[in-house]
Amino acid sequence: MGERYDLVVIGGGPAGLAAAYAAWEHGVKSILIVERDREPGGILNQCIHNGFGLHYFKAELTGPEYAARFVALVKGTGIEFSPDPMVLELTPGREVHISNKTEGYRVIRAGAVILAMGCRERTRGAIAIPGDRPAGIFTAGTAQRYVNMEGYMVGKRVLILGSGDIGLIMARRMTLEGAKVLACVELMPYSGGLTRNIVQCLQDYGIPLYLSHTVVDIQGKSRLEKVIAARVDENLKPVAGTEISFECDTLLLSVGLIPENELTRKAGVTIDRRTGGAVVYENMETSVPGIFACGNVVHVHDLVDFVTEESIRAGKAAARYLTGGDKGDNEAIEIETGAGVSYTVPQKVRPGNVSGGTDVFFRVNQVFAKSVIAVISDGETVARFKRERLAPGEMERIKIPAKVLAQAGRSVTLGVQ
Amino acid sequence: MTVETEGGFRVTGNGCERGVQYARDEITNPTRIITSTVRVSDARLRRCPVKLSAPIPKGKIFEAMGTLDEVVLNLPIRAGQVAVSNVCGTGVDFITTAEMHISG
Repeated sequence: MGERYDLVVIGGGPAGLAAAYAAWEHGVKSILIVERDREPGGILNQCIHNGFGLHYFKAELTGPEYAARFVALVKGTGIEFSPDPMVLELTPGREVHISNKTEGYRVIRAGAVILAMGCRERTRGAIAIPGDRPAGIFTAGTAQRYVNMEGYMVGKRVLILGSGDIGLIMARRMTLEGAKVLACVELMPYSGGLTRNIVQCLQDYGIPLYLSHTVVDIQGKSRLEKVIAARVDENLKPVAGTEISFECDTLLLSVGLIPENELTRKAGVTIDRRTGGAVVYENMETSVPGIFACGNVVHVHDLVDFVTEESIRAGKAAARYLTGGDKGDNEAIEIETGAGVSYTVPQKVRPGNVSGGTDVFFRVNQVFAKSVIAVISDGETVARFKRERLAPGEMERIKIPAKVLAQAGRSVTLGVQ
Repeated sequence: MTVETEGGFRVTGNGCERGVQYARDEITNPTRIITSTVRVSDARLRRCPVKLSAPIPKGKIFEAMGTLDEVVLNLPIRAGQVAVSNVCGTGVDFITTAEMHISG
């Protein structure tokens, strides 16, 4: 008891590292990063493919290389790093309860807290696939860790359910390691992953993508033997007579990511049902003063570069909070989701805290050809942004100009026209 | 992004400057940077990630992968160390992309 830090960052992946470093650079000199793995870097350590950092570093890096850049920055500071523990609880009063093997149970009081716990994968249980329960069914990220870090090949004949980016990346990875990837099966009529991954992970290796299909049966005694897929109708219900049988020993699931917010909920932070993460203001502060959140724990990103950018914003805001703070809730503008938009981050903006306008990240809920993203205030379109194409798999961003915010009422609506 | 090849070479709808060169390469000589892992002896984590130092033609991908099979690295490993040099005569190397320490 009795330990105190100005800032405790929960999670030592890309979000936590960038947030902690930004806070340090903005004057916070007592910072603890709590990370449950042995090494910092989070998910980047198993993402050995390249394509990271094109936006932020203007270089094409692999996951470990991107992580190493931030680890090196953090190592050059006095930021403390506590590997291996679990955070058991965070209270609304910013007490962080931690336990680990060597130091036992500790309660750390924090001046400010940044939540950077990332997300985890949806499992077979979460999507309720019927059938047997043999070995050989993995989430794509688990398989990625086995293959890339621990050196276990997870199977020889592989089917992939879901076309999220990790599933696509693993289709290529398993192929390169000598497995036969039979197909990628996607429930929706469009892919959930980035276009570049469809091209470079499936098309390069002639792996078929079955859109509007899903898995309807899993068969196998001890190890997976067969997976049955079928086409689905417009209500996403399987169509009888369209079954395709795949003889395979491995099924990888890439069926969505869920922000990991048990601690967040316990701390009394308001959660947005659309993102599965905390409701945040323009500076990444949550509904509980002094608790900030950034990265995949807030909303699932496609690109780590944007996680970094968002986390730097959170780190700077935590530093400002510790020295007086941004303005309170009373003048916040709500950003509401209109036609075609499934969520926005931030959900609330305090115009007094932004000078050059505010960046808003969002996703659309279907594929749109050439279209316009409109910001609507009191029934009038106050800002327009043209796009060639919009897809749910590609996160979008716009900047709402300061003058629009200054003239807005209590809310603005973001919609696709 | 759209590419027209008739009567010259025209790229439209590219999101950034790199798009023009990328589109040209994709049609004339598609290349890729391959990433993979190699064995590490006596480490807690048994694989060290590697990447090609420059892109190679798509047709050489599997041949390049084959050169990694027999490679075993010893700790400590620094990032950027050559794991396989002159992969399949391309003049490109497989280099490590992470450092690994003896305690790790």
